[in-house]
Amino acid sequence: MKILTTPRMERCIGCNSCSLACARQVHKKLSWLAAGIRIISSGGMSTGFEAKICLACNPAPCAEACPTGAFVQRKGGGVIVKKKRCIRCGECAAACPVDAVYLDHDTEPFVCIHCGRCVPFCPHDCLEMRPSPREAQPDPEKTSRAKEVTP
Amino acid sequence: MIRDHFRVMRVDLASGRGTVDRVDGRDAVAGGSGLGAHLFNRYGLPDRPWNDPDQPLIFAIGPLTGYFPLMSKTVCAFKSPYHDQYSESHAGGRSALALRFCDLDALVITGKAPRPSCLAVGGRHLEVTDAHFLWGLDIQRVGKRLRRMFPGPGHRSILRIGPAGENGSAMACINVDTYRHFGRMGGGGVMGSKNLKAIIIQGTETFDLPESKAYAKLFQSVYEKMTATDMMSKYHNLGTPVNLEALNELKCLPWRNLKQSTDPAVSGISGEAFADDTLLRNTACSGCPVGCIHIGFVREQFDDPHHFLYRQVNYDYEPIFAVGAMLGITDKFQVLSLMDEVEKVGLDVMSAGVALAWATEAMEKGILSEKETLAPLVFGDVKPYAEAVHHLGHGANDFYKLLARGALKAADHYGGEDFACVLGQEMAGYATGEVFFTAQSHGLRHSHLDSGGYSYDQAHEEKDPEAAVDFLVKDEAERAFLTSMVSCLFARGVYKKDLLAECLGTLGYTALADSIGETGRRIQRLRWQTRLATGYDPAAVRIPKRFHEVVNWKGPMDSEYMQTLSKRYRQAIIDLGRPSSEADPQLNGETP
Repeated sequence: MKILTTPRMERCIGCNSCSLACARQVHKKLSWLAAGIRIISSGGMSTGFEAKICLACNPAPCAEACPTGAFVQRKGGGVIVKKKRCIRCGECAAACPVDAVYLDHDTEPFVCIHCGRCVPFCPHDCLEMRPSPREAQPDPEKTSRAKEVTP
Repeated sequence: MIRDHFRVMRVDLASGRGTVDRVDGRDAVAGGSGLGAHLFNRYGLPDRPWNDPDQPLIFAIGPLTGYFPLMSKTVCAFKSPYHDQYSESHAGGRSALALRFCDLDALVITGKAPRPSCLAVGGRHLEVTDAHFLWGLDIQRVGKRLRRMFPGPGHRSILRIGPAGENGSAMACINVDTYRHFGRMGGGGVMGSKNLKAIIIQGTETFDLPESKAYAKLFQSVYEKMTATDMMSKYHNLGTPVNLEALNELKCLPWRNLKQSTDPAVSGISGEAFADDTLLRNTACSGCPVGCIHIGFVREQFDDPHHFLYRQVNYDYEPIFAVGAMLGITDKFQVLSLMDEVEKVGLDVMSAGVALAWATEAMEKGILSEKETLAPLVFGDVKPYAEAVHHLGHGANDFYKLLARGALKAADHYGGEDFACVLGQEMAGYATGEVFFTAQSHGLRHSHLDSGGYSYDQAHEEKDPEAAVDFLVKDEAERAFLTSMVSCLFARGVYKKDLLAECLGTLGYTALADSIGETGRRIQRLRWQTRLATGYDPAAVRIPKRFHEVVNWKGPMDSEYMQTLSKRYRQAIIDLGRPSSEADPQLNGETP
């Protein structure tokens, strides 16, 4: 299973096309924040850009922290999001070690689901879907727990 | 569509409080340029001076801002310190999307803060904070401090002024996110007059998109057009500096205060020279995949043996013309270092370069001496120019204070009007001919982007004043609609009428989609009415002798043709700006 990676961020021009593409296509929203990938400057426009993105943890601390099974461990790392189960507690965002979960004003979480739909909108090929390095060693215990909460 | 009217945040700096107004008129004025003029008519004071505390400083976006690629610019409208009349300046950067995500169609700033202050605006936030400790800081230093004071990297737009704005210079720009500017007509001076050092716009809101798949499909198609090889190579590769060699070849590149229009030394400051030797990287305005912003570097040795510092400086055609060719500086790194000095003090680079070119020739002719200029200005010598930029930005003496109001004003006092390269304001870098000189000198914001006069000159050998003025008027109306959306004008080849109609229609702006031509003309009239109401007299426009002496690839300028063009264009402007006999029903029924 592939995950979204950002191997060439040195090329990023800060256009936000990726964030806008995610919000538009995945979430049907106009936003540069309600998206699985968010671009920040690293201390002003003169210092280049970074992508805030899910690094596809396996096991994923956000899934472990989610009390309702709205964030479910994804095979290969990261999470599958079951929006209807979310109670907007924000525990997922608090648990993420790399600040990859964005909570909007209503505490709705937005995180990368590794679908790759942002990739064609990067004009400089900064993004790439690659096989997950964490796919080979899933934690059987976590995997079975995920299965239990999947409808 | 978010709403069928405008949501306008109005902030009074004197009290530090704001209100949100509902303003009708979406189908009449669209947004951007149209909204700027509409709001000036609502909140502005045409008969009072530009620095009256109650004058508004307006920032407006359009119905397509953020929804489609290259809909990425903000219009700033204000009464200009340059001529004390209505004007506009446009900038990219992040401010357009930041305003969109604040859920604001416009931000209107009135009043004067009791102390130097910063204004921070967000979707759910408004504060005016004391910033007296930032007063006097240059653009780069104040940027570093503001980033710490107002966290939110990536989705925050920082508008700020330097010393030039603080002292009310008519050439002061508003710097936007370090590398973009509301450059022309002294918007920075208006901020300074309001004790407003910076504006921080934090966009954090989210909007639902239309349910249908049509929008996402149309977006993809527009995106593909914008990133097609042609657009990317034109604006991303060498960028606008590609024009240096092209215009030099046509004898249209102003050199040394327009004493020449071509010079083989262009090879030192060509687009290729900058890209090959100075280009570090490109960056982009938010919502634009093209990435036309070119960042070059300057490496300076500040001590022996190997102590260096480096700076990153954004370059484009116009700045290279203004502080390169116009000042006779033919070393690309020297040009960048001079641009950097201009950036620091917060001056408009085009106005600064052209004004100092006039001062240099005035020194050559003995009209000015070092007593006035404080530096021995000589074409090609960068060091005195760096000093002069500092003096001009800080208003170091009476001469520089007057020069900061415009080269022609200084010439009226000291002499030297004949060679002041002023076309309404300091000229843009196109000595293309009579049509451009007429267009910029009379144009609404005296910008080379008001209309395509420079390209008309290049495409038409014949001298037909009627056809030329018709072109200027029609082209201006089309551009007025685009800058009401608010599109980057680099995209004007893609955003033709049909595509704009489709974009507007997809979002539910059906009335606008069906009336693009008519609405463009209405906005054009509204802007001219607004300009004329603040005292503009097109008949008083002067085109100095230097422009009549230009010789380019077509040969010498035809003064008679230029006079006929001016006469016709003045009449066209008066006709456009004539108050409507009946109130426009589209603009009535506003609800506070």
